[in-house]
Amino acid sequence: MKYVIIGNGPAAVSCIDGIRSVDPDGSITVISKEDHPAYFRPLISYYLEGKSKAENIYCRRADFYESSNCGVIHSEAVAIDTDNRSVMLKNGESIPYDRLCICTGSSPFVPPMKGLETVENKYTFLTVDDSFAIEKAITKDSRVLIIGAGLIGLKCAEGLRDRVQSVTVCDLAPRVLSSILDDECAAIVQKHLENCGIGFSLGNTADRFDGNTAMMKDGSEIGFDVLVLALGVRPNIGFFKEAGGACGRAIIVDNEMKTSVDGIFAAGDCVEQYDISFGDKRIMALLPNANLGGYTAGVNMAGGSAEFDNAVPMNSIGFWGLHMMTAGTYANDENAQMIEEKGEKSIKRFFIKNNRLVGFIIIGDVKSAGIYTNLIRTQADISAYDPDALTKNATLLPFGENYRRKTLGGVV
Amino acid sequence: MKRVTVHEEWCLGCHLCEYNCAFANSGLADMVKALKNQKITPRIHVEEDGRIHYAVSCRHCEDPICIKGCISGALQKGADGVVTIDHDKCVGCLSCMLLCPYGCITTDENETVLKCELCVKNGDIPACVQGCPNRAIVFEEVQT
Repeated sequence: MKYVIIGNGPAAVSCIDGIRSVDPDGSITVISKEDHPAYFRPLISYYLEGKSKAENIYCRRADFYESSNCGVIHSEAVAIDTDNRSVMLKNGESIPYDRLCICTGSSPFVPPMKGLETVENKYTFLTVDDSFAIEKAITKDSRVLIIGAGLIGLKCAEGLRDRVQSVTVCDLAPRVLSSILDDECAAIVQKHLENCGIGFSLGNTADRFDGNTAMMKDGSEIGFDVLVLALGVRPNIGFFKEAGGACGRAIIVDNEMKTSVDGIFAAGDCVEQYDISFGDKRIMALLPNANLGGYTAGVNMAGGSAEFDNAVPMNSIGFWGLHMMTAGTYANDENAQMIEEKGEKSIKRFFIKNNRLVGFIIIGDVKSAGIYTNLIRTQADISAYDPDALTKNATLLPFGENYRRKTLGGVV
Repeated sequence: MKRVTVHEEWCLGCHLCEYNCAFANSGLADMVKALKNQKITPRIHVEEDGRIHYAVSCRHCEDPICIKGCISGALQKGADGVVTIDHDKCVGCLSCMLLCPYGCITTDENETVLKCELCVKNGDIPACVQGCPNRAIVFEEVQT
């Protein structure tokens, strides 16, 4: 059996593990666009901050590919011939496959912006090479302007603060982390970040650039030395779409991580799959899902049987001591009931629908929040539990002695 | 593998496991220096509501979901089945805390992750087990 994996991130290495758990012998070829072994993408901001050493960012030990008996080709896939089951590479090679897994992740989205070509020091922030390039470009006197107050933009701001003179973040959205936080929670986070020295210009973005100046939508001007474009990402699905594969905003997969094309699987940031908290397919471009989906794909490619049937979005993110966690579905659902717990430095919002916890936002007191994530992932009926005991503190108290005997007294 | 199991019918709620854990992992020889007037960060904690008490520490799951979510490779499951944390790699993102279904992950004063490692670096029998006065915390082989 010939296995080919396009992409070389966490989903890809988990896919290799999955294949090898079933088939120790089949040949595996990884097609890697980046010139690095698989690394943990979220660490690129921690590298800038000095918390992660460059040699510590890799997903696996240095001998992983060799010990998994897996070849790596450094090139880019440009097309798939689904009839003859082969992948065409940029370097002209054609790689035959019996089973293919697409783990191509996503690329930064940069919309057309007037005068962007006049900006010399401009970067996106998605790869470790971006991190190295930004590191080269900055000095302790640099003024950094980051466009985009999402996860990528804010993590970049955190990574750079102590290494430059100033960091300003702008976003057309009126709040930070608009994809995961509501207005009130976002305001708490923004205030904390401002206290930590990050400047914001929200509900505002660069209309055009002239060299090192951004002319903003509201008429103001922001001078900068280094520009980071963190406006979001788009899944890398072009060649799969051209081959006739079914896509929504990303590659559509089922619980076995199968695509619409026979013999082709997909996992990681380039897929959309069923979100049990949402009740429909969507992109959940997050590391746990990449690992779980990649492994599932690998097992099934090798003829085993596995399902990843409880995917939900989830985020854990912190900035200088303030942590926040979100999971499931909590936005724009009038049928969900919200229970709120507010403390001095903490806010918790739980969203309940049909006696099931479907989502939460917690800022501050994040201790043991996995107990809640587990309720979402298992779609547990929570109607029998004391709501106060459930929401005030995350403990195993509400679930009864039998559950605790099984989990704390046995093997799970 | 041997695991720490908790038997809540025997738990007195004395919290000694927390102190013994903090002392064993302090690296200090003197219990007074390790604990007195110190903010302790044990890897086991007692949950209670007045009637019920029991201790919670890492279950060393067969298929640990904390590892699937670890963004830095700091959490690993060894060949011995023990789930360990590499403090040089941990960046304190707390993804493991977001994923652990049992609430077993905690943090130290530097906000990197602490979790029970079955005292593999401290001796043969975990300190929480050794110090439990009523055998509510036991180190034993458990059938799957």
